[in-house]
Amino acid sequence: MKKIFKINGNKLAWFFLAPSIIGFSVFYAVPFLGGLYYSLVSSPINGEFVGLQNYFNLIKNPSFIKAVINTAMFSFISVPLNMILSLCLALLINANTYGRNIFRTLFITPLVVPVASVVLVWQSLFDINGVLNGLITSLGQHPVDWMKTEWARAAVIIVYLWKNIGYSMVLFLSGLKNIPVEYYESAKIDGANSWKQFTNITMVYLTPTAFFVFIMSIINSFKVFRETYLISGDHPHSSIYMLQHYMNNMFASLDYQKLTSAAFVMAVFIVLIVFILFVIERKINRMVS
Amino acid sequence: MKRRLKGIVVTVILSVTAIIFIFPLILTVSNSFMSEAEISNNYSMIGSTNSSGTSNDGSTDNYAKLKLIPDVVEIGQYYEVLIKKSQFLLMFWNSVIIVVPIVAGQTIISSMAAYAFAKLKFKGKNQLFFIYIIVMLMPFQVTLVPNYLVADKFGLVNNYLSIIFPGIFNTFGVFLLKQYMEQIPDSYIEAAKMDGAGQFQIFFKVILPMCRNGIAAMFILGFIDNWNMVEQPLIFLQDVQKQPLSVYLSKIIGGERGLAFAASSIYMLPVLLMFLYGENYLIEGIQHSGIKE
Repeated sequence: MKKIFKINGNKLAWFFLAPSIIGFSVFYAVPFLGGLYYSLVSSPINGEFVGLQNYFNLIKNPSFIKAVINTAMFSFISVPLNMILSLCLALLINANTYGRNIFRTLFITPLVVPVASVVLVWQSLFDINGVLNGLITSLGQHPVDWMKTEWARAAVIIVYLWKNIGYSMVLFLSGLKNIPVEYYESAKIDGANSWKQFTNITMVYLTPTAFFVFIMSIINSFKVFRETYLISGDHPHSSIYMLQHYMNNMFASLDYQKLTSAAFVMAVFIVLIVFILFVIERKINRMVS
Repeated sequence: MKRRLKGIVVTVILSVTAIIFIFPLILTVSNSFMSEAEISNNYSMIGSTNSSGTSNDGSTDNYAKLKLIPDVVEIGQYYEVLIKKSQFLLMFWNSVIIVVPIVAGQTIISSMAAYAFAKLKFKGKNQLFFIYIIVMLMPFQVTLVPNYLVADKFGLVNNYLSIIFPGIFNTFGVFLLKQYMEQIPDSYIEAAKMDGAGQFQIFFKVILPMCRNGIAAMFILGFIDNWNMVEQPLIFLQDVQKQPLSVYLSKIIGGERGLAFAASSIYMLPVLLMFLYGENYLIEGIQHSGIKE
């Protein structure tokens, strides 16, 4: 019986991988490459090959450009903010002796609150006739239509942070727990102050964790679209019109060429970002060890 | 003394932040026990297009009121949602039908693939994993057309399977579990081999039991994510009777606010119970996925 199982390592690996790879190929990889075809023809049915024409059109399309800029802006602001705030929170909890576990639980709770509740609460607070404007007018100020001004961007960032800080914090907490106390002790003997200890020990040894948090933060920054969409619909204020809005709308109008070429542009960006990240991570890892 | 003061300040900061974090949960649950009249008294002005606060006299009558404690605790909203509207239960069931196969399938397939990525050697491992990460990072809209085309080709449009299959093969689980499995020291595997265990025994008797927390974390995260799905059913399930509760909820918000509070409280319950029960697994699981030795 045992002999049957003694296949060589390579084949065995493929056995374990097979279900995942087959499904992954059928439902993602192959159709995704097939999408490339749509981005190169003039029409989805009996279209002519037009080369990169769809891509040129895309770059000239103002709503696409706006969507790219908004998406980039959102990620550049919200991802670092999420990392900094969750790290601060992790450091605070780490230093705090009271109710550590209770706080940890409370901060991670937003993960389980359904999108529908988020939207309900959001409207109650930030509607033109919402609670916040009630408060503002009672202070003698004019009400603001939050979701229809530049404030909308801040609003989406807040939803994102609220939902994701807890998760990132838990990751950072475990990273902190794994730094040996002796490092700090010997640094103290060498006369390093707390800032030096933070930059030379905490920051350095948290790098692998930070890398993971970064990836998770990016994934989740795309997911906040769900909330945004439910709060403000197909055509929100122009400051929060994201690539996902653009693609959704192109899908709705059956414009597959625009949609697939936009998808490929986005894919290229993501590949670049991840690639750069890997290079940086590898360099830092080499420095640490 | 100084140390104690610092401790108090930190606790206060953490408490205030924590209250903000769980506020939406508290508001949803507490408002679900209000009567319809109370809800409409508090929120009826929301959704009207023009601002009512033109008179700048400091009156707040025209604005929504935030109340956490109901005047009279009522279960009318729940009665309406659970007994009078049969649709609600149907949609709840739809959610279950979609989510359970996804998380179950994802658990099996991801743990197998993660094992290969973490502990076995094969050609092109890093490149393949890189592709998995890239696809994991893509927002839903990027894979939308491909998914749709495949569903169309297999005749799965308007069928739950069109959502379930892509869900099962989502690469997030592989990523999470690979990180987790990498932490298991190779010496365990070596020891099992010395005792004459085959690769399958190693996988089932050594690796899987040790990954309990990671798998639980993946299960809970996957459940939450799919339980809340909105975009996929809207696109793949044209039949309204087939839509999950998440879609239904996102539609009733406008008109029937009171019902929405009760419905989303019920909706939250399975996830909340799972979270409270599995919280330690979840936290352990995601913690260990973040560190690489």
